[in-house]
Amino acid sequence: MNSKSTNKSNFFKITIENIKRPEISALFAFIVVFIIFSIFGWDKNFVSLMGASTWINYAASVGLIAFPVGFLMIAGELDISVGAVLPASAMTLGILSGYYELPTWLGLILTLGMAFLVGLINGLIVTRTQVPSLIVTLATLFAVGGLTLTLAILFTDSTLVAYYAPDWAKYLFGTVYYGGFRSIVFWWLALTLIFFLFLHKSPWGNWVFATGGDLESARNAGIPTARLKIALFILCSVCTALAGICQVIQFNSAQSATNFALIFNTIISVVVGGVLLTGGFGTLIGIFFGTLTLAIVQQGINFTNIDRNLSNLIIGIMLLFAVFVNGSFQSLTSKVITSDGDDKDEKS
Amino acid sequence: MSENKTILELQGVHKSYGNIHALRDINLKVNEGEVLCLLGDNGAGKSTLIKILAGVHTPTKGQIFLDGKPKSFNRPKEAQELGIATVHQFGGTFPLMSIGRSFFAGVEPTIGWGPFRFFDRKTANRIAVESVQNFGITRIDDGDRKVGGLSGGERQSLAIARAVYFGARVLILDEPTAALGVKQSAHVLRIVNEAKKRGLAVIFITHQVMHALAVGDHFAVLIRGSVAADFKKGEKTREEITDLMAGGEDMSALEANIHA
Repeated sequence: MNSKSTNKSNFFKITIENIKRPEISALFAFIVVFIIFSIFGWDKNFVSLMGASTWINYAASVGLIAFPVGFLMIAGELDISVGAVLPASAMTLGILSGYYELPTWLGLILTLGMAFLVGLINGLIVTRTQVPSLIVTLATLFAVGGLTLTLAILFTDSTLVAYYAPDWAKYLFGTVYYGGFRSIVFWWLALTLIFFLFLHKSPWGNWVFATGGDLESARNAGIPTARLKIALFILCSVCTALAGICQVIQFNSAQSATNFALIFNTIISVVVGGVLLTGGFGTLIGIFFGTLTLAIVQQGINFTNIDRNLSNLIIGIMLLFAVFVNGSFQSLTSKVITSDGDDKDEKS
Repeated sequence: MSENKTILELQGVHKSYGNIHALRDINLKVNEGEVLCLLGDNGAGKSTLIKILAGVHTPTKGQIFLDGKPKSFNRPKEAQELGIATVHQFGGTFPLMSIGRSFFAGVEPTIGWGPFRFFDRKTANRIAVESVQNFGITRIDDGDRKVGGLSGGERQSLAIARAVYFGARVLILDEPTAALGVKQSAHVLRIVNEAKKRGLAVIFITHQVMHALAVGDHFAVLIRGSVAADFKKGEKTREEITDLMAGGEDMSALEANIHA
């Protein structure tokens, strides 16, 4: 009888482990939201190439940044400085190649270099001090945001700058393909594949999970956790700069105001995608569908007669739901660790 | 037992932080195929000693000998490369990772070449499951399962099996049974015995005298940073050891005090 009950509980555990794969719940959220908006947005052509391109373009511009933000969250850190790095990189390219008419390639390199530097600073401060990354990147968010505005005024006497990129740059970063899909969508899809291989197939992906799962043990296992975190912060800033570059070249202008909404959008995408806020767990496909879900709710609302303000309510509910699902997953694993199942069996 | 080769030896090891002397003149020896139990109350200097052996700290004075040769390790990695592995209470395993991935964290096996070197899940899972099963934990049979789904004893066993697989010759177990139930502790103690049979030198840190007596060959009691007693199996009774750990005071006198 004893062995029977353990078998049963084992079976139960394993089944729950499989059901609660975060990408499955993120896919489920995506499908539900898609169906709802298809019904309410039918009259305004939500289900059309044009409709799809609207939310997919939006998803790409958030998703490009949500991936590395997700990596950092899995590794146990947070980066909210992206809200300032996006306009900072857009302005850097705009001022250098637009206002000062430097060659585009040079502007691109300097822009990516600037982002690299911000990521490096974030990473160094977080790994060298015990200050939580939320506070460190909050500081760099404001510092970079303030610096962007100041320098923009200083150099160009304006907070906006126009930039018309040459054709090759347009094709790469800022054109529209197949009736509405921007270049950034292809960057996003390509990075989805590359980042998938990175996180789930490469040895480095394992390091990310281990670092967020148990920092001390990861360090003892010989994983260079500090260097890994610094690299992830740099990756996050550089990806944000790529999104900024796409934005300037697409719209021929850059603006310097800090994008606070971006911070929330990336975090929502990552959490709805099933990444644990406490780190150590998450999937790339989950983040992918989390971003798409957010994008549909944010953009699809315009295709319906629903009040636009309600989209935030939907996102709030979705986020809570996601946190509950993620939380139940986490508690499942931590509960089993400490319970002394064998002993109980013996007593009964 | 004494004819066994000495693997690790400490001679006159001293560690101080400014004016605070955490360890004074520690002389200890651990032979292959032998379990050295390090007993001591909280704050006796056990953790400092582990950290010195694991390469986290370097001693202020004194020498560490490995196979009779003086060695100094400045980083945990150097100690690991010399075959000294430390397993902390729940450390070394990652609850939200699969057994195979957790086992190979930091030393992932790969297939492919150049930038296309991918984590070899099948090999990792197979070796991980085999290694734990060799230690008698047959309930672990699927390397894709999450470590968090295992019991505390099984996790501890997984961590020990991991250390042994990666070539540990000296196994430092930091309070491996502290948070475990009776049956799971027995699990871990069996694995300690198994490691000893394989010729490993085991340093078993605990404050549970019963667990120490169950597997230990050699005992050392730390009090306020010094080795207060150093004796072999059978030389002292459980009561004597408990008294020693309580700082040399008579435990029965303490008990009398409590009930007074």
